[in-house]
Amino acid sequence: MVNYIWAFLAIVGIIFGLFNGTMEEVNKAIFDGAKEAVTLCIGLISVLVFWLGMMRIAEESGLLERLSKLFRPLVKIIFPEVPTNHPAMGYILSNMISNMFGLGNAATPLGIKAMEELKKLNGGKNSASRSMVTFLAINTASITIIPTTVIAIRMNYNSASPTEIVVPTIIATIISAIGAILIDRYFYYRRSRKG
Amino acid sequence: MQLISVISLTFIPLLIGFILLYGTFKQVPTYESFVEGGKEGIKIAVSIIPFLVGMMVAISIFRASGALDALMNWIRPLMNSLSVPAEIVPLLIIRPISGTAALGMTSDLIAVHHPDSFIGRLASVLQGSTDTTFYVLTVYFGAVGIKKMGDALKVGLLADLVGIVAAIVVVALVFGTK
Repeated sequence: MVNYIWAFLAIVGIIFGLFNGTMEEVNKAIFDGAKEAVTLCIGLISVLVFWLGMMRIAEESGLLERLSKLFRPLVKIIFPEVPTNHPAMGYILSNMISNMFGLGNAATPLGIKAMEELKKLNGGKNSASRSMVTFLAINTASITIIPTTVIAIRMNYNSASPTEIVVPTIIATIISAIGAILIDRYFYYRRSRKG
Repeated sequence: MQLISVISLTFIPLLIGFILLYGTFKQVPTYESFVEGGKEGIKIAVSIIPFLVGMMVAISIFRASGALDALMNWIRPLMNSLSVPAEIVPLLIIRPISGTAALGMTSDLIAVHHPDSFIGRLASVLQGSTDTTFYVLTVYFGAVGIKKMGDALKVGLLADLVGIVAAIVVVALVFGTK
């Protein structure tokens, strides 16, 4: 799907430019766009290095683990079908904590492990269980505490206050996570009514 | 609303201070751990270069040709009646499909409209508060061989919609719509 959208943007732009007489601008845009992207990535290095460095300390000091213990009661309410001491619970918690702190690369393998355990709980079937759908819904709602990359981009384009969006992002993310859980519950009860 | 800005401003320094204090207390070699973790940041920044170059070039062509303006004029009346800036619509479409593509669009919106404008702030919050539903679905279900997804896609996309509405309302309330 991305392939189509990406090619569509460029092709339509070029054809439109041809008929609109804006070929000169299009030509310039190709090289300016590429240069802009590289400049931006270099700007991102500073914040990414700093943040992932801090997160490594949080990880090695056991701070992330402590946080996930804190969230355990909440996660038990969200996943009523997962037994408390099942390994799935641990993976779900670590995945959520990693996502919260913007550690996408650490979150994905943990999420896959969580899915494997949930599949075992579901008797190894190749259809999605209730807990799996819930886990996906929460992941797509992406609970974020520090939107690192966004802050870096805002810094790069001279925002007067790059971090002013932190609290609004947290509020929006909590609303969307609650929304995800409620929608998931609604679909679950609709399914179970049908039998 | 002033309070929210103050919390936003002090939150990160306080969190950093806390992490360092906790790490030192637990006798973690803080500086060495920091450097190790930081190396990963370079890898990530470099690895997204091709994604951003591809997406930002395509968007630049689309905009420079005048096609974007034509599209905006076409959808503006509908979007205005929903009080959503039309400029955000391409980002809304691509957000559930590709994370890096969305990152490219967010950067472009922030660069063109300034980070401290309504559109710049809205793009920032949207990028931070939603995720790539299709990617999460494909990777997680694909990795463990789930073929019947049940309601997962529907639930994920509806949750995205809630996230989008939440982002618009929160940004409008906190910063106003200028």
